[in-house]
Amino acid sequence: MATSAELNRLTIADAAARLRKREISSLELTRACLARIAAVEPRLNSFITVTEKDALAQALAADRRLGAGDAPALCGIPLGIKDIYATKGVATTCASKILKDFVPPFDATVIAKLRADGAVFVGKTNMDEFAMGSSTENSAFGPTMNPHDLSRVAGGSSGGSAAAVAAGECLGALGTDTGGSIREPASFCGVVGIKPTYSRVSRYGVVAYASSLDQVGPFARSVRDTAILLRSIAGHDPRDSTCSARPVPDYERALTGDVAGLRIGVPREYFVEGMEPAVEHAVRAALKRYQAMGATTIDISLPHTAYAIACYYLVATAEASANLARYDGIRYGARAAAEDTITLYEKTRAQGFGAEVKRRIMLGTFALSTGYYDAYYLKAMKVRTLIRRDFERAFEKCDVIVTPVAPATAFKLGEKMNDPLTMYLSDIFTISVNLAGLPGLALPCGYDSSNLPIGMQIIGAPFAEEAILRAGDAFERSGAIATRSPAL
Amino acid sequence: MQGCYDPRTMEKSKITPEQVRHVARLARIELTAGEEEQLRTDMDQILAYVDKLGELDTSGVEPTMQVGESGTPMRADEVTNSHDPEAMLANAPARERGYFKVPKIIE
Repeated sequence: MATSAELNRLTIADAAARLRKREISSLELTRACLARIAAVEPRLNSFITVTEKDALAQALAADRRLGAGDAPALCGIPLGIKDIYATKGVATTCASKILKDFVPPFDATVIAKLRADGAVFVGKTNMDEFAMGSSTENSAFGPTMNPHDLSRVAGGSSGGSAAAVAAGECLGALGTDTGGSIREPASFCGVVGIKPTYSRVSRYGVVAYASSLDQVGPFARSVRDTAILLRSIAGHDPRDSTCSARPVPDYERALTGDVAGLRIGVPREYFVEGMEPAVEHAVRAALKRYQAMGATTIDISLPHTAYAIACYYLVATAEASANLARYDGIRYGARAAAEDTITLYEKTRAQGFGAEVKRRIMLGTFALSTGYYDAYYLKAMKVRTLIRRDFERAFEKCDVIVTPVAPATAFKLGEKMNDPLTMYLSDIFTISVNLAGLPGLALPCGYDSSNLPIGMQIIGAPFAEEAILRAGDAFERSGAIATRSPAL
Repeated sequence: MQGCYDPRTMEKSKITPEQVRHVARLARIELTAGEEEQLRTDMDQILAYVDKLGELDTSGVEPTMQVGESGTPMRADEVTNSHDPEAMLANAPARERGYFKVPKIIE
């Protein structure tokens, strides 16, 4: 039996089983997470807000439900929530000075769903401001450190959620993924994360960055746990008109461990020069493991891969420039003092936004401006079609696609901060998936010589979450690698 | 596309200081002189990079405006939100008698 010091390391599936048997209480479990938060936060900075009091009250309520035999899937499970989700009565800052004191009067749909399923929220996790970044260094509240090496980044933009799950500050977490913001930090921190199909999960109450790309998704320490979380949050929402009405499968039931006959596409464009040799080695070893389990690998081509980043930085910034127009200092958020409204807007936004957010708003405004719309924005939207078609053709030949998540393991803090383009390039293997609206799973597949986690990405056709989760779970269960808890 | 020469490198720039100021006005962001120059350099570099899209022939290719399922689902036209002005005003930076307060707009 785990001691209370280890409760925070349980998987969601194990913890839920033990809670139902009343071997442990949610109060003990939540206290173990809060104690861990108190111990490691000064070094990690995974959280912007820790909601200790609320969490303990939620844990007590969960224990009452468990005692009454009314135990929904996540009853009593402590989770971290990216600070991009509206949480009723709890500050939602989006890691921006402009929303530093914003307390939403409502819950995002996914938060309401998790509440209904009995989840406990230990706090709001750190992120790049408005989800713009790949390292969580663009946070107005300071960067999150990687639990495996405190001199390195946790990835971004959902770096706080990934680090918190890796460090055992919570059992699972929510992130968002617009160009890799769940998968890249999952990879850097050695945890599992899934970006579901575009429209699979409601975005009502999620601060919008690039609306044709943004998607909600969970982090956890096993594929099974991400499947449990995804089932809880997915599904139709009348408040989000882009949200699919398709029924939500029981993803856990798809985890059969059987990959015999699975056709795995391996895109040659994702194994390129300049990639860290340890990353290529780990992903190739995983592919061999799949072959040993009865899957076949097929050489495929996604010929427009090299254009994905250029395409993304026009589409995403254009949409961001429109979405972020709402931060004007009038109805909520910070306001700068000024004599007239135009100056009020200009000063409020000058003081409220950080450098990367300004850069993306400026780029997007430029790409949409008169005389440049066709050359930049419309061109990017056409290239997006070509990228989408690459995947459609590939999925005629294979069931899933396996790639590295990132060309290298976690980089040093500060290493890419003065070079926006180099920072953008760290998303080279994840961005196409958002442009095509596909689901992508990131899971650990090895470690480099510095003990830094390496992530593998499994991409599926639209709404093929079951296939990618089954493939990820089968790899995890094969025991090919032993995941390492960070020695914090 | 118009352009200017970067005095340090004598290479053609994708964006002029005037254009940066124009875009900042459109985006309603006040920039310091230092920010303006930094943004011009960054945008110049990024725009030069995205120019690689020009290598692709996209004539006859339809733009992808939205992925996912087509069509907008309909729902019954019913009032679902409650009228709670206090909750709506709770985050207002300035308010007066149940209104959002702003500087004088009409002279």
